[in-house]
Amino acid sequence: MEAKFISHDDTTGWLDALSEQHVVLAPMWDNTVVTFRPHVKGRTPVLDRMPVLPPKEGVFPQNEMLLKYKYDKDPENLDRTSVQVKETLPQDTAVVVGARPCGTRGMTVFDRVYNCEKIRDPYYVGRRENTLFVTVACTRIESTCFCHDVGSHPADAEASDVLLVPVAGGYVAEPVTERGNALLDSPFFAPAGERSAEAAEVKEKNRAKLPAAHDYTGCGEKLMDRFNDLAFWEEQSAKCISCGACTYLCPTCYCFNITDESVGLTGKRLRTWDNCMSFQFTLEGSGHNPRPTKAHRLRNRVNHKFAYYPDLHGGAIACCGCGRCIKSCPVSVDIRAIVRAAQTYTPKPAPEGGDER
Amino acid sequence: MNANPILPDMATIIEVVDETPNIRTFRVRLNDESRMQGFSFMPGQVGQLSAFGFGEATFVINSSPTRMDYLQFSVMRVGEVTSRLHTLKEGDSLGVRAPLGNWFPVDEMRGKDITFVAGGIGMAPLRTLLVYLLDNRKDYGKITLLYGARSPRDMAYQEDVREWRERDDLDVVLTVDAPSEGWGESPQERVGLIPHVLTDINPSPENAVAVTCGPPIMIKFTLQALKKLGFADDQILTTLEKRMKCGVGLCGRCNIGTKYVCVDGPVFKYSELKDLPDEL
Repeated sequence: MEAKFISHDDTTGWLDALSEQHVVLAPMWDNTVVTFRPHVKGRTPVLDRMPVLPPKEGVFPQNEMLLKYKYDKDPENLDRTSVQVKETLPQDTAVVVGARPCGTRGMTVFDRVYNCEKIRDPYYVGRRENTLFVTVACTRIESTCFCHDVGSHPADAEASDVLLVPVAGGYVAEPVTERGNALLDSPFFAPAGERSAEAAEVKEKNRAKLPAAHDYTGCGEKLMDRFNDLAFWEEQSAKCISCGACTYLCPTCYCFNITDESVGLTGKRLRTWDNCMSFQFTLEGSGHNPRPTKAHRLRNRVNHKFAYYPDLHGGAIACCGCGRCIKSCPVSVDIRAIVRAAQTYTPKPAPEGGDER
Repeated sequence: MNANPILPDMATIIEVVDETPNIRTFRVRLNDESRMQGFSFMPGQVGQLSAFGFGEATFVINSSPTRMDYLQFSVMRVGEVTSRLHTLKEGDSLGVRAPLGNWFPVDEMRGKDITFVAGGIGMAPLRTLLVYLLDNRKDYGKITLLYGARSPRDMAYQEDVREWRERDDLDVVLTVDAPSEGWGESPQERVGLIPHVLTDINPSPENAVAVTCGPPIMIKFTLQALKKLGFADDQILTTLEKRMKCGVGLCGRCNIGTKYVCVDGPVFKYSELKDLPDEL
């Protein structure tokens, strides 16, 4: 496999060609945010920044049909109905272009849950196997970025099929997988030649920009030490307005809801991204709620990512460090600060007793 | 279960039993006869029932694997899905995803005395185990059932209860919260809260297992009573309920720390529950 070069001007043409065969999801402006949308021929993708929405859309759509149902009335007995159900497994092949390494790497968090020994989710696996990721290496490190704290870096190609490295005039396209390599078999690409050296320099330069990585080793135990300290969680969640921006924008949040939508006698069962910061998420029919306050819910969200998931999956943190939850939080909740607060927690000194002084 | 764990099997209701004013029991058979013949489960496992257009909810399979004429689910009417299920009649279709979750350790319980402590709809998950034990009666020691409900009319499985009361290889004690006309003529009929009656029955913890299910407040005081009677934490079994969507460990709402009630439960030993974070 050999690195290639594509000029900025040719990028749109390449996506036009790819969209003949695949669903191509590429970053587009939608009002004031950049989000992944099916590529429209001739439209230039927005590749110079991190999209606000996560690339999981390509494999785990915000709304996904699981099955269709249809009620049939018995013409001889209108009181009697039967139901026909048909599963709707995904068929398309897709290419997600323009995700950042953090967002693409987020799919590995899904993989361990949706495609493992215990369970194989056919919707997820169907899309995952038929979706390629063309990722753009980062050249701008933002204050909310912390991919290096969770074991990644701005040119990490994990889970990518092609890594595009920005160089003068375009991108050096580095194939990561055979299928990614096949995407570069196109007249829009030229051999990268000496530009490969430039790409290596770009990668190195951006890596060097990162501050020292924070060490999350042992953070799970520290978080669990605080589990019953509700005052700690109340303090951390005091600002939270339970809006769910952090969950919907997270590349690794994989929780979902299932709902039915009917029109007349037909309908579909849908899977949609869900938000664990909502009161309704765990509300039971009896009225009992095991996570009744935002303190309980934030505790579960942070612990899921930094304690429970690592415990179940060989230490892997369920956070890709993209910083979307920090950047898009309307009240500036910072998950990094919460984990650090648990890591560095020291009990407040007890007030001095008595009046003896 | 289907290869697609999200896809329900279609099933037909063969009988509906009105248990109490708000609990109805559905006896169903899978439409695909070969899948019905091949269906196997263990006492305590659950299923998701689908009312298409309304959604799914989780219920224990409260029939016993020793009696496979049908699968039985009891539904208490509390929300959208359960209200819709209550409108279904004999011959109607519904979706079934089962079996899901773990089960009671029936092999480990062999040779032991078993005390059942059930409150209200909590009788449903204990019914499957009780019927299973009675159908394998020689493998188990003394079996005691303490079943409590608010009032006599809130007591489900009347037909079973009648039969159980007459058996001489099963001790049955029923209790209701307040005195009620016609109640209390038999020593099997008591008035009082479950934990008090349990203390009164005084089951021995020697080579014994207690199995309890019911509302959280009942479980809490039943556990205290069992502890006082000398039952160790690993001699107490319970089965939990949580809001669930997928039932297969994906959707992320039934977890207590690292344990997912849908796949790691619903059956837990109290010794296991005690090690979990306090988020019931």
